[in-house]
Amino acid sequence: MLPLDLYQGIESAWCPGCGNFGMLKAFKQALAELEIKPEEIALVSGIGQSGKFPHYLKCNMINGIHGRTLPVATGIRLANHGLKVVATAGDGDCYGEGGNHLLSALRKNPDLTLVVHNNQIYALTKGQASPTTDQGIKTLLQPHGVPYPPLHALAIAVAQDVSWLGRGFAGRGEHLTGLYKQALTHKGFALLEVLQPCVSFNKVNTFQWYEKRVYDVEAEPDYDPENELWAYQKAKEWGDRIPIGVIYRRSRPTLEEAHPVLQAGPLVRQHPERPVAALLADFI
Amino acid sequence: MAIDLNIVIGGAAGQGVHTITGLLAKILVRQGCQVLFVQDYQSRVRGGHLFNRIRLSDQPLLSSREGIDLLVALNQETVQLHRDELAPDGVIIYDASVVKELPAGVSTLALTAGDLLAEQKAAELAINAGASGALMGLLKVPLEPLMAMLLEAFEAKGSEVVGWNHKAAAAGYRLGAAAGNSHSLAGITAPAQPRLLLSGHEAIAVGALAAGLQLICGYPMTPWSSVLNAIGQRADRFGVVVEQAEDEIAAINLAIGASYAGVRAMTGSSGGGFALMVEALGLAGCAEIPLVILESQRPGPSTGLPTRTEQGDLSFLLYAGQGDFPRAVLAPGTPAQGFALTARAFNLADRYQLPVIVITDQYFGDTNFTHESGDFPAAVEIERAIATGPVDGVYERYALTNSGISPRRLPGFGPVVAADSDEHTPDGHLTEDLAMRVQMQDKRQRKLTGLADELDGITSLGPDDAPLTLACWGSSLGPVAEAVTRLNAASTPARMVHFSELWPFPAAAVARSLGRPQKLVMVEMNATGQFNRLLRQETGIGADHLVLKYDGAPLTPEYILRALAGHA
Repeated sequence: MLPLDLYQGIESAWCPGCGNFGMLKAFKQALAELEIKPEEIALVSGIGQSGKFPHYLKCNMINGIHGRTLPVATGIRLANHGLKVVATAGDGDCYGEGGNHLLSALRKNPDLTLVVHNNQIYALTKGQASPTTDQGIKTLLQPHGVPYPPLHALAIAVAQDVSWLGRGFAGRGEHLTGLYKQALTHKGFALLEVLQPCVSFNKVNTFQWYEKRVYDVEAEPDYDPENELWAYQKAKEWGDRIPIGVIYRRSRPTLEEAHPVLQAGPLVRQHPERPVAALLADFI
Repeated sequence: MAIDLNIVIGGAAGQGVHTITGLLAKILVRQGCQVLFVQDYQSRVRGGHLFNRIRLSDQPLLSSREGIDLLVALNQETVQLHRDELAPDGVIIYDASVVKELPAGVSTLALTAGDLLAEQKAAELAINAGASGALMGLLKVPLEPLMAMLLEAFEAKGSEVVGWNHKAAAAGYRLGAAAGNSHSLAGITAPAQPRLLLSGHEAIAVGALAAGLQLICGYPMTPWSSVLNAIGQRADRFGVVVEQAEDEIAAINLAIGASYAGVRAMTGSSGGGFALMVEALGLAGCAEIPLVILESQRPGPSTGLPTRTEQGDLSFLLYAGQGDFPRAVLAPGTPAQGFALTARAFNLADRYQLPVIVITDQYFGDTNFTHESGDFPAAVEIERAIATGPVDGVYERYALTNSGISPRRLPGFGPVVAADSDEHTPDGHLTEDLAMRVQMQDKRQRKLTGLADELDGITSLGPDDAPLTLACWGSSLGPVAEAVTRLNAASTPARMVHFSELWPFPAAAVARSLGRPQKLVMVEMNATGQFNRLLRQETGIGADHLVLKYDGAPLTPEYILRALAGHA
């Protein structure tokens, strides 16, 4: 195991008590246990409180624009698949603004980890509903309650044969560290959603609210993460009981494997020779 | 020009007009002809009307021209649409099974299925080959190269299909040779060094490959797709990752991720797709990530005319994005310039760590030009400007420097590299320190000083002291150059000044090249004179007249000359 202070980033601007702190601690722990050095990993974030995550950690990073973590992360993987790549997005960032990229990543299966910080609210913009806010919840912008049901992103992921799917809870650090480790070492696209209470703008889905509801799905007698129909039911389960743990696993060819050029090693380490005369020969 | 011949081949989409034009053009270039052919098509896959205009000469050609000497009509509509353009000694070669009405007093050559082939169905398929044979016969060019090309083109479809095409071509050839014509290419001889026939977008594609492109990501859209396709077809041979993205937003962000990780990456689109990319253009600007973007214009606004041409996106490209950030904008006028400027775009992007936009349009992209191989450099210099070796202290991706250029390192090759779309500190982390914001903004803007100093890209033609100067940019070069050549030949001294490196505006070089023209006319393909506004803004020089065209059809020398006559 590597020392944790290896990953020390800049001082955080999150609210005291934010669920992101638990995630950051568990993530550093996972990196240290897996002995992934800061220079061997690249984090990509967008906009939202999750967007600040890579800054608070020492690693290669791009903090890009809202909703676009997955294409940037995929680009890094295609250019250098020697790097571990993690996209950190929020529920608004990934399930709202960048929804098309999630659908595409589920199809293409890039070998990277997507961590969705789900606090069921837009926190950075101070309290509007997100795609995962429960129906009926009153917010700043939805004073009569959110009229629509939440997006079942995990169920969509199962329907599209996601390679690895898990859910964690920021209040259960050790369990979360284990999930991070599995997601980081899984070959293929790993979607890890983390329930991450917003202490400032979500007065409904609090630590206590989640604590009462989450259960370790892996302890269930019928636990079967290779079974698509079972996984679909667990992915859609939401309410009095909320499953956490590994929900689905499936071995699939990756995006990187689909590109023959990459079989010769990371693109950034290749130096193809292309004489101009050879390029122009097609036009004679 | 001793020989200057215009052939138009028209038919419905799906009749193989493009295929046959491509074959003919290639044969004629190999024979020693200078060939330029323009595609005109509608936004549909079958039916409608499309035509290709092939111009042939024994002298180099930079432009298409109006007028038709030989009209090949594979449908009735071709005759209706083009009869008025036919020269007095012109000939219409037509498919007699579908063309029933012909103008009176015009030479014609009928191709009937029965004459070409005994098999009725096969003859319909091979009518193109018959027409090509007839053209070769009329122009007194040997038949053998056409036969060889037909074999190459149809080999995969089996010997029966090759046989039909060969029989039809030979029959057409006999008919053409018997009919005779005042035009002849018999005196043309093959060049010592083979010439090249390639489109503007093919030149862009090979320029990018020569410059070391390793990843291209895009979403299909006309007319930009032909760049993506041309690179895609060469991907395996030259070791390129080609990724079709779910949308243009993904395309540019993926290219940004790849460039951050250290490979030369490119994306592109046409107007509407580029509009979707604009937020990420700013990401490349703020995070200082090198990126080459090909924007191929078509007439807007909105969906506009999807398969036609215009130069209407210049103002948009110069200013797209929130806030101030440096970028470069280049606009080639010929395939050779397209090759060179694309390679240059990659070097500028790497050296100045910014987005570089190469502007083309449908006319430039789809038009095939004849080039000498010597018009292209033997090798391309690749300047990556990436820092390596040990770091002294903490690595700062955005170190404050006099040039504004900070040492760029790649992730995974040493210290961690932090890049940020937020305003940031030198080490790449977000900050709300307002003094730092000013320093960082100034640092980025300083890059423009060095960049503007090295841009030029001006091509002049005609006497420097000519009282009339025609200014233009991008794909207008060819038609304007020919208009100027014709004016000078007609004893009206005139000069062309063409600009290809548009931003940061090389104001001193431009002012020097223009001098003090007695009369300055700006020729551009948009409704409002976008480049003229830029010129006035940056130099105080404005055109006396604008020659504008925005009907979607290509610019021609004749159009320019008519417009000038109107101003006289």
